[in-house]
Amino acid sequence: MGSILWALLSGLCFGVGLAISGMTDPEVVLAFLTISADWNPALIAVMGSAVVVSFTGFALTRTRTRPLLDEHFHEPETRSVTPRLIVGSSLFGIGWALSGYCPGPALIGAASLDFRALIFIAAYWVGVIVFEVLNAPSLKEPARVDAISSDG
Amino acid sequence: MASAIVGGGLIGLAAVMLFFSIGRIAGISGISANLFRNTPNRFWSLAFLAGLIVGGVVTGQLLGRTPLQNLQEVDVGLLLLAGLLVGFGTRLGSGCTSGHGVCGLARLSPRSALATLTFLSVGMLVATAVN
Repeated sequence: MGSILWALLSGLCFGVGLAISGMTDPEVVLAFLTISADWNPALIAVMGSAVVVSFTGFALTRTRTRPLLDEHFHEPETRSVTPRLIVGSSLFGIGWALSGYCPGPALIGAASLDFRALIFIAAYWVGVIVFEVLNAPSLKEPARVDAISSDG
Repeated sequence: MASAIVGGGLIGLAAVMLFFSIGRIAGISGISANLFRNTPNRFWSLAFLAGLIVGGVVTGQLLGRTPLQNLQEVDVGLLLLAGLLVGFGTRLGSGCTSGHGVCGLARLSPRSALATLTFLSVGMLVATAVN
């Protein structure tokens, strides 16, 4: 029960942060991705700030032998650079550039009933499910799930 | 710029909360996919996404942001294509802006650094070419 509450609070904090940062607005994201006279560097500031805080917090957390409510830390174990990492990230980059949406802002936008986000998120779920179906063994063998969904 | 720094800091704090409490990485695409998997992970994943949505929607309303609700301003076909690419691509690439771009970089993961460089550079190329 505690883990559910912590996850809920973490999600709340994440959502509040995304909205304050302005990254829930696809126009702000596109103004960063598009190199022009009106280039808006805000996304780099958001990412930089988030990385500094999480780098520090992760380092402090790792001084513990285990998380508060679990037996061990679930850090991704995959080390190799694979074609699918690059191809997948490229496909994501194309979709991101065509819409201004990545998954978090799109979920928030859809729940705000923004028409752009609603259309995007419907197709997003289809894309996620198509991948899950193509990787069907992971549905039958939960033990392999962590190996397939590694980085986040 | 102050709102970007403060908002980013809260995103980082959220990632630390999840790692400190249950030892998990706050990657939204991976957490979304957990909902379709037959694992106990789906319960905390659902709680995280519920929090994300409530936090984002309520904050957006408090800040007076207005959702776009005029269908004539929406390119339906383009958004459908983009959604498919982001849904499939983030799973194939094992992460998105949060999992690779924030948590992965903070963990000094070479895989995440390469993934982030890839989606940032491809995204900038495509957006600049299209607009």
